[in-house]
Amino acid sequence: MITVRTLLLTALALATTACGIEPWVKPYERDQLADPVMSFDRDPISGAYINHVHEAREGARGASGSSGGGCGCN
Amino acid sequence: MIMNMHRKRFRSLIAVLLGLFIEPGIAGVLSEDRADTMYHYYDGGGVQITGPSVLVRKKFKESVSLYGNYYVDSISSASIDVITSGASAYTEERTEMTLGADYLHDDTTMSMSFTNSSENDYEADSLNLGISQEVFGGMTTLGMGYGRGSDVVGMRGDSTFAEDVDRRNYRLSVSQVITRNMLLGVFYEAITDEGHLNNPYRSYRYVDPDNPTNYLWRTEVYPNTRSSNAVSMKSRYYLSPGAAAYGGFRFYTDTWGIDAYNFDVGYSQPLRQAWILDLNYRFYSQEHANFYADLFPYEDAQNFLGRDKELSTFISHTIRFGVTYNFLQDGWQFLDKGTVNFFYDRVMYEYKDFRDLTQLDENGVALPAGQEPFYEFSADIIQVLFSFWF
Repeated sequence: MITVRTLLLTALALATTACGIEPWVKPYERDQLADPVMSFDRDPISGAYINHVHEAREGARGASGSSGGGCGCN
Repeated sequence: MIMNMHRKRFRSLIAVLLGLFIEPGIAGVLSEDRADTMYHYYDGGGVQITGPSVLVRKKFKESVSLYGNYYVDSISSASIDVITSGASAYTEERTEMTLGADYLHDDTTMSMSFTNSSENDYEADSLNLGISQEVFGGMTTLGMGYGRGSDVVGMRGDSTFAEDVDRRNYRLSVSQVITRNMLLGVFYEAITDEGHLNNPYRSYRYVDPDNPTNYLWRTEVYPNTRSSNAVSMKSRYYLSPGAAAYGGFRFYTDTWGIDAYNFDVGYSQPLRQAWILDLNYRFYSQEHANFYADLFPYEDAQNFLGRDKELSTFISHTIRFGVTYNFLQDGWQFLDKGTVNFFYDRVMYEYKDFRDLTQLDENGVALPAGQEPFYEFSADIIQVLFSFWF
């Protein structure tokens, strides 16, 4: 789990150093980002289904970025 | 013995506490109240899978959101694995249920879900924990998650066969606002499996000069552990209301020697007021596992032997067309919005070292072992989805 530890430390370092920088997109400038079309997971059951279809036929798995944790179903 | 138990409990506690750190998602706001019902259809390679999926999510007091998902796969299979092994086509059903809760406190969202998947020869339980935290003025969301799974592998026709699999998932994520119209997400997931990872129905083939076909079959032998690492990146770029361009990629590697990557690009375009069209292309490529071969030189040629096409070298192309119609733009009664979605995916698989044993020569005679053409097939996937926001 060296990779996980390295990533954790990197994330922590980034979060710490970011404290000195002003957020460059203000909350009132984020209306476009709130459009449903900007969601990474617009239709969760559709996204989960397509992930399952691919994972059942491919060797690769994980880091799909959609909600839920998956299951060991084959 | 007692010390061991304490150690195990301590490790479990640490794992749960670690799990309470982050899960992909947007902190600070809980997901909207919505109900989705979907019919899904898959047809490809001699396999048909259909069924419903229903998801309901509801907030309570703006700090708790509960959800439940019910999903069914009704499978009818006469795949190439079934045909070449001489088995007869079969039908079966898999039912999956998920119950979950998200709890929001300031900029922190904690989540927990439990999933059970049940079929006549496979039972899987999974517990997932996560936490996400908005930082940097809401521009960055950090997430972390932990999952624990416990499966029991069975076998049709042998009620005494029951083997265990233990799974653990570790997830990290960062969602970042890049500009006022661009989002970026980075995701990492490590998965470890331990136990009976074989598919009990699959066999490997090996050269046997004394047999008329020149080959014979034996039950596959897989390692009983597997660890994988995957990292992915996704981005979305806002163009106008309802219009966005998006893309992503993923790199994958595991201890079985499978190296894979995939990328996708897509575009959403509104049409008049109530319609959204989606177009998407995905490419996937993988290198075979180091114990995979289409034809082994002799029986027990190595300690692990597999011939699953999922472990072979192959590529796939997926083209998606989707259309969304918002039929309740102004709401109705207690409903805020209602949409119907239609998605069609066409997937084309091209195998590079998995041969199609069903192909015969011009005289209708089986081709020599190891000289059959490589297998390929296409699949059609349809989803019809009704969604209501309330």
